[in-house]
Amino acid sequence: MWFFSKKKQLEFPDFWWAYEEHFKHPLPELIKDNTFIVLDTETTGFNLTKDRMLCIGALKLKDNNIVVKDSFEVYIEQEHYDVGSAEIHGILKKSKRNRTSELEALKQFLVYIENHVLVGHHVMFDVNMINAALKRNGLPKLKNENLDTESLYKRTLLISTVVQKKDRYTLDDLAKKFSISRKDRHTALGDAFITAIAFLRTIEKLKSKKLKDLIRKQGPLRFGL
Amino acid sequence: MKNTISERVADFLKNYPPFNALDSKQLEQLSLQVTIIHKESNSVVFTEKEEPHAYFYVVNKGAIALTKKDSSQILDICDEGDVFGLRPLLAQESYKLEAKAYEETILYAVPIKDFKPLALENKRVGNFLIESFASNTRNPYSIKHRGKLYGVTANTNDNNPSTKILDLQPVRYSTDLVTCTAGTKIKTVATTMAKHNVSSILVMNGDLPLGIITDKDLRQKVATGLFPITGSAKSIMSSPVITYPKELTVAQAQMAMMKSNISHLVLTEDGTTDAKAVGILSKHDVMLALGNNPAVLLRAIKRATDSKRLRSIRHGIMTLLQGYLEQNIPIGLVSKIISELNDASTKRIIEITLDSMEKKPPVDFTWLTMGSQGRGEQLLNTDQDNAILFEDVPEENLEETRAYFLQLGSQISKELNTVGFEYCPAEMMASNPSWCHSLSEWKHVTSHWINNPGPEEILLSSIFFDYNVTYGSKALADELSHSIFDHANHYPQFLTHLASGAMQNPSPSGFFRDFLVEQDGEHKDFFDLKLRALMPIIDAARVLILSHSIKSINNTAERYEKLAELEPNNRELFLACSYASKALLKFRTRQGLLHNDSGRFIALDQLNKEEKIKLKRTFKTIKEIQSLIEVRFQVKNLLR
Repeated sequence: MWFFSKKKQLEFPDFWWAYEEHFKHPLPELIKDNTFIVLDTETTGFNLTKDRMLCIGALKLKDNNIVVKDSFEVYIEQEHYDVGSAEIHGILKKSKRNRTSELEALKQFLVYIENHVLVGHHVMFDVNMINAALKRNGLPKLKNENLDTESLYKRTLLISTVVQKKDRYTLDDLAKKFSISRKDRHTALGDAFITAIAFLRTIEKLKSKKLKDLIRKQGPLRFGL
Repeated sequence: MKNTISERVADFLKNYPPFNALDSKQLEQLSLQVTIIHKESNSVVFTEKEEPHAYFYVVNKGAIALTKKDSSQILDICDEGDVFGLRPLLAQESYKLEAKAYEETILYAVPIKDFKPLALENKRVGNFLIESFASNTRNPYSIKHRGKLYGVTANTNDNNPSTKILDLQPVRYSTDLVTCTAGTKIKTVATTMAKHNVSSILVMNGDLPLGIITDKDLRQKVATGLFPITGSAKSIMSSPVITYPKELTVAQAQMAMMKSNISHLVLTEDGTTDAKAVGILSKHDVMLALGNNPAVLLRAIKRATDSKRLRSIRHGIMTLLQGYLEQNIPIGLVSKIISELNDASTKRIIEITLDSMEKKPPVDFTWLTMGSQGRGEQLLNTDQDNAILFEDVPEENLEETRAYFLQLGSQISKELNTVGFEYCPAEMMASNPSWCHSLSEWKHVTSHWINNPGPEEILLSSIFFDYNVTYGSKALADELSHSIFDHANHYPQFLTHLASGAMQNPSPSGFFRDFLVEQDGEHKDFFDLKLRALMPIIDAARVLILSHSIKSINNTAERYEKLAELEPNNRELFLACSYASKALLKFRTRQGLLHNDSGRFIALDQLNKEEKIKLKRTFKTIKEIQSLIEVRFQVKNLLR
């Protein structure tokens, strides 16, 4: 799959170039023609430098369909090694076994996501976590577009200064609102599934047809005439 | 190879036939092949004559309506766990019905190529398929027969197949038998019946039905003093019981009851008195099966024990509504009946939720419904707008009490959502701390709105002041109403502001009496019936009736009738308004039923000439009532 790009630059492996290759094709204009990757990561904590990903779960969503078979779930072995020193040097040379497992997970993940839009609840956290992992492995950042279900959900609510809205909506809040079973909460793929359903119900409410509009709607509401 | 999602799919499927017959390994394999599909409401899954898909479908969430193409009559509604679109795949023929999402729905698409080998291999699965194709077990609330598993109706050349076939459908009977033994004391018998809220009880001898005691027996034999209440069940039961096999059709059941002049039939395994009793069928069940009638639905609501049941009853209410509109029954009457049923459903939900709460409410409270439901104008399922008003408590208990009611409010609101009332997008619901207050807090909030009437406050007042008590203490609500009028009278400016709020809605027609359609957004080129026609007339009624300090009337049409009585000089205009409000409501309901939405936006090119003229006629009335308000409340001064 990744051998058609032969212009070896720097020290990036072939799968990275295969991944980049996908970005030569523009994303389809309409939401219904796009494949969305809904993802969630389980991590040891919230610190981007200290903490590590333990699991990535993701599924593909296209034109309202989720193919169960075609989902992505990978558990990553992480040793509790000294983060500070590993970061500065050594990681490329030392603890080879550990690196391969995280690297292998990233490789599979990049093959899976191609150039599709990434969707997640507080998606920037997951993206940053993955970027941190990529960086540890000497790779550049993800290039995909992102959509955050919390921001999109907020846009479905009416704007009023008198009725106060909450500032934050957790995945649990959304699951409750959309009556989605919270059975597999806190497993990466289970959370990704809940996010996917919440995402579907949110975009139905927003009635956007184009991907562009959706990306724009994440931003704060702009008042215009 | 299983993953978290396939486990989740398997976990759902294992509860429903035919999948419950598969062993876990098979189910695991099958679940992995499933595609999960999200369907927006009204989107088509498959249509008549379409080539069969590679999948059949199971409803995971939501509901799918099966219809004949180009007919609004729903033949069947498939709910959670129901399978549809399978028969055409097995018979290798095209679909005979159209399947459409009745509401937002999540489907599991199961590939036939993976399912078929399992069906052939597993006898229980095969039998289930044969049985369900043969019997077409039906849903008592849909007008026609239900096909749990089929996508086809046995189509005769009859013009009206639904009514005919209906009689030959198997009846749905209750399988939860309420029983006692021959030696049970009559008092215990009556207590048991009251507890289960049933009108009859079976006297059993082991598994065999020995006799039956009905309300009538208690009335005629015990209450009259013929038998002492301390006697045993045996002394008053009717025996032997009249038994029938469980495969009874509606028509047979009816005839059996008429023949023996009884109101309950006992169903046994083989139809004799020497076989195990499996169910009991009352006249009420037959009535239910025969169709929709408000009294039957109301009883069904009162007996419902969970929100899922209420949801299926609501489908019945919608069918009833459609029938009424087709028969042109006066909309005033229709809206009374439907809102009565809506209120009853809400009330039932509140009762069910209260029972499920760990603690009883610490103080008295009132459940207020606002907006269209409060006005008794909610014919279609629209948003829930509601609030909780609770008795004053000492300061130190206030937060604890509020926490209780907030929890109650969220639970009720969640259940209402299950029944089919959408959440309010502005969160004007009792689960929101701003809509859950004690009496004195509410007094404070409303007086604040009245004394500081900015646009937001006016908007909130116009939603809130149409409140109606759905459940709980009426005295609390009355006291709040008094306080509101008190403030309004001291601050007459408020009515002027409210009136100006009523003038804010954009005009329905342009200079040349064309319709003004929406200029942009998702409803571009649609006519916004709610905003441009209904709201002005509703808002005007509210401000006028409040200026007369009348709180007891919420319905817009009734408000105008009352106004006509109070102000004989404007009688004609008010009666025209009353008529217009009814006409518009009917219009909206028709459109809503046609498109299975809230009916708010209308595609003008789909209206015929007569409808357009009717609509325009109401606009004239709207303009007149608006100018009356403008003059009376001197809105001009405010608008400058």
